[in-house]
Amino acid sequence: MKAKIHVYLKPGVLDPQGAAVAGALHNMGYDEVVEARQGKLIELDLTGEDAEKARARVEEMCAKLLSNPVIESYSIELE
Amino acid sequence: MTQYAEGITAEIVAEHGINDEEYAIILDRLGRAPNLVELGIFSVMWSEHCSYKSSRAHLGRLPTDGEKVIQGPGENAGVIDIGDGQAAIFKMESHNHPSFIEPYQGAATGVGGILRDVFTMGARPVALMNALRFGAPDHPKTRQLVSGVVAGIGGYGNCVGVPTVGGETNFHAGYNGNILVNAMAVGLADADKIFYARGAEPGQPIVYVGSKTGRDGIHGATMASAEFDDASEEKRPTVQVGDPFVEKKLIEACLELMATDAIAAIQDMGAAGLTSSSVEMADKGGIGIHLDMDKVPQREANMTAYEMMLSESQERMLVIMKPGREDVAHEIFRKWELDVAVIGETTDTGRMVLTHKGETVCDIPVAPLADDAPKYERPYFAPEVRAQIHAKDIAQPDHMGEVLLKLMASPDMASKSWIWKQYDRHVMADTAASSEDPSDAAIVRVHGTNKALAITTDCTPRYCYAHPFEGGKQAVAEAWRNLTATGADPIAITDCLNFGNPEREEIMGQFVGCIDGMAMACATLGFPVVSGNVSLYNETNGAAIPPTPAIGGVGLIPDIDKRAGFGGMKDGDILLVVGETQGVMGASVYLKVIEDREDGDAPHVDLDAEKANGDFVRGQIRTGRLTACHDISDGGLACAAADMALASDCGIKLAHEGANPPMHGFLFGEDQSRYLIAARKEDAIAILQDAKADEIPVQVVGLAGGTAISVNGAHPLELDRLRAAWEGWMPALMDQLVEAAE
Amino acid sequence: MKSAVIVFPGSNCDRDAHDAIAKVTGHAPAMVWHQESELPEGTDFVMVPGGFSYGDYLRCGAMASRSAIMPAIVAHAATGAPVLGVCNGFQILTESGLLPGALMRNAGLKFVCEKAKLTVENANTRFTSHYEGGAELIVPIAHHDGNYFADDETLDRIEGEGQVIFRYGKNPNGSKRDIAGITNEQGNVMGMMPHPERAVDEKHGGTDGLKLFESLLGSA
Repeated sequence: MKAKIHVYLKPGVLDPQGAAVAGALHNMGYDEVVEARQGKLIELDLTGEDAEKARARVEEMCAKLLSNPVIESYSIELE
Repeated sequence: MTQYAEGITAEIVAEHGINDEEYAIILDRLGRAPNLVELGIFSVMWSEHCSYKSSRAHLGRLPTDGEKVIQGPGENAGVIDIGDGQAAIFKMESHNHPSFIEPYQGAATGVGGILRDVFTMGARPVALMNALRFGAPDHPKTRQLVSGVVAGIGGYGNCVGVPTVGGETNFHAGYNGNILVNAMAVGLADADKIFYARGAEPGQPIVYVGSKTGRDGIHGATMASAEFDDASEEKRPTVQVGDPFVEKKLIEACLELMATDAIAAIQDMGAAGLTSSSVEMADKGGIGIHLDMDKVPQREANMTAYEMMLSESQERMLVIMKPGREDVAHEIFRKWELDVAVIGETTDTGRMVLTHKGETVCDIPVAPLADDAPKYERPYFAPEVRAQIHAKDIAQPDHMGEVLLKLMASPDMASKSWIWKQYDRHVMADTAASSEDPSDAAIVRVHGTNKALAITTDCTPRYCYAHPFEGGKQAVAEAWRNLTATGADPIAITDCLNFGNPEREEIMGQFVGCIDGMAMACATLGFPVVSGNVSLYNETNGAAIPPTPAIGGVGLIPDIDKRAGFGGMKDGDILLVVGETQGVMGASVYLKVIEDREDGDAPHVDLDAEKANGDFVRGQIRTGRLTACHDISDGGLACAAADMALASDCGIKLAHEGANPPMHGFLFGEDQSRYLIAARKEDAIAILQDAKADEIPVQVVGLAGGTAISVNGAHPLELDRLRAAWEGWMPALMDQLVEAAE
Repeated sequence: MKSAVIVFPGSNCDRDAHDAIAKVTGHAPAMVWHQESELPEGTDFVMVPGGFSYGDYLRCGAMASRSAIMPAIVAHAATGAPVLGVCNGFQILTESGLLPGALMRNAGLKFVCEKAKLTVENANTRFTSHYEGGAELIVPIAHHDGNYFADDETLDRIEGEGQVIFRYGKNPNGSKRDIAGITNEQGNVMGMMPHPERAVDEKHGGTDGLKLFESLLGSA
């Protein structure tokens, strides 16, 4: 089983890298870009078949290590 | 004998950069045709990068011996004696081609590689330097390259925790298609605890430590030896990726292992990774080697022996251990969470034998790989001698202050704080002077002592292009002068010789000229070469870089309290110039920036005067009389005075009489072997008396005071305005749309 | 006073921390490997040094803050004993929850190394008692992720409680309210981005950091 975890900055937390990306895109003429937010994608290869159990474990990993609740949120995709 | 083994064609041989003549030698030495693995091994060992085939014939003319030399060229790095049983170990190396293709990783792995060269020998790295050359500031690629290279150097050096203490940066259209990224590392060790690639004996286990082997940079060593064309940007996947975190662990683990006395020989895996490290240790020990490729830690599935032998994955070392001591390595490397595996053993056969999946995939004699590497006496011609240009030959400008402002805000002279603020210069807590400080060389204290190393990198490519012999001389002399200006005793140099395509006679002429000039300067100044690197084929579509023999100089300050910088000048100090001023303007910054010309001969260095003037200045520094001391180089006296005034936050009133040289020659001439020094009036009198007794030309040129730099009470340039222009140039260049590059 | 310096893979200011503590106290601190689960017996002061623990991968300090030694440090802090985290150490202490807030990528996106001007905002702490309140110091900084962030409520609270200890004269990294160093509510755990251990020697970085160690440890 594979888990894909998207970690992104919470709304309202300044994202200087995202701002730089947006600025660069504007300079390249992509005026339609309103905002850019840069996050991380973490892929985990997991043993086991039980999706529910896996999700609970991955939730725990996110809370314990993979994200920092002060500034980040996350979402989990299992496949 | 068949010409080609199964699956090998003339094209494949050519793709490996092996010409007909070289292939014939391989056939002769093997007595049969090589298979692909063997061909790959010959290809990297005989590449320009590993074999120095175009340059070896000339490198031998460089002086490499000296009273303080413990190890000269031929090992991973040079070693010098700094007294008290301690040694400094250093080397400079290029990472030009990879940095042009992928600036961040190219520069980062350049730093990683040079650090490994130093800690492989048992030294703890204590300082990093770099010498960078970029294309014209307005070239479309320049900003992106500067931004990436600087971030890469910082990203790696900052993470491993070795301070990046200094360097130099030039911009010139001649580097538009080939930037130069030369990194230097300096380490410290006990003189009786140096580790070498030599020393292995038959029957010893070969231990692989560090990162796993992936398909990174396969053919990187051959790439570094080929000229660029427009398709080179397609070669991106071969650039290796650095992991400074692993490097940091590798430093600590290797130093821990070295403290155990379990090592027979050790070599880092640099260009051509496993091949060059194993061949070099076998060759230097006069032994054979057997490797079991199945045991090599691999990052990717189904790697072939060919790929493993040619991989340039970073942060790997090969250690030949004393028999029975493998466990020591296992324990230490496991603690640091690094891969460790016994992958073979040394033999008495003199052959390199590789087995993979039960088959022998390579069985070749070691000696020809190293000894029979081709050595070319490439034809060359010396460039035409240019006429010298003196100040009297060019129009005198109206306002000297405005000229000075323009020079100090020009690309090569402007402050590079945008760059060095991105480097951790203070980690290890021994940096007494770095790029931010008013010092002609970086100064790094020898930990726990009152001694310090002075370190500099120097080269003036304008001069080397104008007159390779004089330029080569000047590069060495300037390094010696910069060390001297801090009060250090210069000891030895490392060199990084960057040139174009040596198969062109003009380029080979530049190379030979620079070498001969360097050799003369090294010999006269007692400043031998202890390590170095040659980077050829820095050329794109037939346009070569200006010849750039970068010199990394190292000296010793016996007592850190007796040194000089150029930031201590005080109101009322007398300013003196040591050395003769004739107003030589050929190939000068003035000519380029003000007259938009790059012609004329390079200034000639009188090496006897260089030595005499330098020894005099060093002696004066140690008397404690000087409040400031600065070498006079690019931009002449006026630019040296501007540096001193800005750093000391005090104006300077220069005074000049007569028409020989004319005022602009006095101010901006680039006559060599000169120093600008400042002292209280009574000390200045003593200095003049000493100079007279020693027959050293010393001239009073001005007085410190006020808030401007002026000449004969006129041509004022306010320091505030100067500072804003000097500091403003690089941020103005870089902070506009850097992120939007490409 | 007995001190310990924690060493993670990738720590690179551990030796500097060791030397600064030894210089001030006359006693070498214990160097404690991250895989230990206990501090040496009798440890009073714990310093979490700077560097790039775990290469700054994932988030600066994230993996170090989950290492074997951390529970012992948390327990040590709970007894009211002093803990100082500098640079990466500050990041580790926020990641471990010992200090509020987080350290984000510098607003300018670039690594910044310079001698920073700091103001001592609160001299009534065990870390700063030898300074005058409002004193201006020069202390080197060197970081890529020193941009202090906390929500407004937290910021108001720590300001109100006197937990903001150092502020930058000229904000180098985008930190909220120019914050360079803070303590926890109890005042026994401090984190700061500037490197006081690089400012204890006039031949290197000046001596403005000396009083911090003297406040904590008493002079040798």
